[in-house]
Amino acid sequence: MGERERRLAEVIAIDRTVRQRCAQSLPTGGSCRNWAGPSGRCRIHETAQPAAPDPVDDDGPVDPARLEQLVAGVLSFLRRRVTGDYDVDVFGFDRDLTEQVILPLARPLYGSYFRVRTTGLQHVPDEGGALLVANHAGALPLDAIMTKVALLDEHPAHRNLRELAADLALRLPVVGALARKTGNTVAHDDDAVRLLSGGELVGVWPEGFKGIGKPYSQRYKLARFGRGGYVRVALRAGTPIIPVAIIGSEETYPIVGNVRWLARLLDLPYFPITWQFPLLGPLGVLPLPSRWLIEFGEPIEVTDLPNDAADDPMLVLELSDRVRDTVQHMLYRNLMGRRSVFL
Amino acid sequence: MSDGWRVLITGIAGGLAARLARRLSAHEGVDLVVGVDSRLPSHDVAGTRLVRADMASPVVGEVLERDGIDTLVHLDITATPGDIGQRSRKEHNVIGTMQLLAAAQRAPRLRTVILKSTTAVYGSDAGNRSMFAEDVTTHADSGYAKDVVEAEGYARVLARRREGIVVTVLRFANLLGSGIDTPFGRYLALPVIPTVLGYDPRLQLCHTDDAVEVLYQACLDTRAGIYNVAGSGVLYLSQAARIAGRPTVPVPLPLVDVIARLVRRSRMVDVPTDQLRYLSYGRVADISRLRTLFGYEPAYSSRATLEAFLSEEGITPLVDEARLRALERRAVSVVRRLATDEHPRPAVDTPEARHGRA
Repeated sequence: MGERERRLAEVIAIDRTVRQRCAQSLPTGGSCRNWAGPSGRCRIHETAQPAAPDPVDDDGPVDPARLEQLVAGVLSFLRRRVTGDYDVDVFGFDRDLTEQVILPLARPLYGSYFRVRTTGLQHVPDEGGALLVANHAGALPLDAIMTKVALLDEHPAHRNLRELAADLALRLPVVGALARKTGNTVAHDDDAVRLLSGGELVGVWPEGFKGIGKPYSQRYKLARFGRGGYVRVALRAGTPIIPVAIIGSEETYPIVGNVRWLARLLDLPYFPITWQFPLLGPLGVLPLPSRWLIEFGEPIEVTDLPNDAADDPMLVLELSDRVRDTVQHMLYRNLMGRRSVFL
Repeated sequence: MSDGWRVLITGIAGGLAARLARRLSAHEGVDLVVGVDSRLPSHDVAGTRLVRADMASPVVGEVLERDGIDTLVHLDITATPGDIGQRSRKEHNVIGTMQLLAAAQRAPRLRTVILKSTTAVYGSDAGNRSMFAEDVTTHADSGYAKDVVEAEGYARVLARRREGIVVTVLRFANLLGSGIDTPFGRYLALPVIPTVLGYDPRLQLCHTDDAVEVLYQACLDTRAGIYNVAGSGVLYLSQAARIAGRPTVPVPLPLVDVIARLVRRSRMVDVPTDQLRYLSYGRVADISRLRTLFGYEPAYSSRATLEAFLSEEGITPLVDEARLRALERRAVSVVRRLATDEHPRPAVDTPEARHGRA
């Protein structure tokens, strides 16, 4: 067995360690039989991070100093926008707009509506590039937005996620411009490598439209991970791949049908019929309030692979399969620990 | 004949060419600067010998040979020939370049050819990578950009056919600055800036000072190859409009063509239709080759280029930033007063005080 094959086998070897079960004793007398997570407890019994105390006390009037700070912040933001006094990077990421306007709009959805919980954030490095690879679902890319909020708000280093988007999304008026301004860029090898080499956190949803537009009956079953282009990117940039499993996105817009002719007419990859759309009319655009969990998995290092690994299609595909298996594994594990979709 | 540089510049009537000619004439190592154009120069070109002829005419070939020209700077590729129609623009740019470079191939002492190109050769599309390096295949499909792609092709052929000739292709981003009149500059100087509704292109600008300097260095040093030339950083069009303090009018995509035609007829700005894609998606070129291989660091960023252009043109924003800042301070102090007056709170927020209030 040559050096290359041996390394390949090492990398591709799927985690075979025996999984422990959660040993939490239950009120019924027995102990919990759910699979245990890295903490030795299952999802339910893992002590949730205590929520940060709300800085605004609701019983009294607003603290004048806080109010003043708030007003000053808003006014200075408005002044910067009116005079064009802000910077965007070459990809078009407008940090000021993202952190001051878009994120505050997404936070209620994140905190109160989907009640997103995150685990494994310690696997995301505080600095330097890493490629986050996640499952895609739910007709609209809410999963990308929630992952962005999670990394900016809950990661200790408050990292901005840079997503790779389909050119079709970037071509749409308003949506495309907004996507670029919030840090998306086109899913092109050059862009991804440039971002990763620049030490950015890059997010990719390799299932693409096949994943996000799949019917509800196929929920949490990963579609093909494209042609593994993201692996090539990680190899070229020499950055780790972090598998990410997102639970809850499938139930936001359960897709029961696809109007192909309408999709073709509108030049869209799919035109979904969901439980609530178009049955409920305008209300149908509201996602169902599923409870979400985002798990960041252990990084898969690619630096020990040979230099020309990116040009080896077999190796790229095998690594891609491994990442896909890992994400699928994480999905099933988390689904087993889930009590209810909405509660 | 001494050993100094002998330079021929086409398109001497343009502002950029005039500035390059003056810069070269001032250099003591330059023996001769010849300027060729069918139009009369409107700028000061002291020290330049003018040849009033079309670059495609045999006169240019004679000059190249008789005067022992060693450096040819081809700047006479135009995006907007004014009153001339589409066909004659192509005639001028493509056929003109072909004839000029054919004459150059026969010039015995020629060793450097510099071609002014544009980053427009990369095209504009949502599916494009965010930054273009020089080795990216060009896919301009219409208008001026296509002319330039063809001109670059002729330059490549020349480099292949004649050994010892160094061809430098400089792809400039949108040029702005003193002494140069560009469609894009006129567009930014409009009292109200029309934009494409729902789109906000990333702009990359190049200051004419940097452009002249890069052309100058390319003349005096051997810099074979293709280089993108632009300021560092990018601006959004909306941001550029805010910096200029100009209101924007978003025009829905189906109406853009009609509006562009109206604007063109009003003779304020000639908006070529191939610019409309640029105004939707923008374009950014990678200038790392300019920095490392060419060895030039642009003095102006894209933003500084715009600001310099605005102050030269005397464009002042409708809203003054200093006044905005003053207003902001006043508003904050009003809030402070209101908040402290209406809800007097003890200086130290003790649990007792909190309890008493509740």
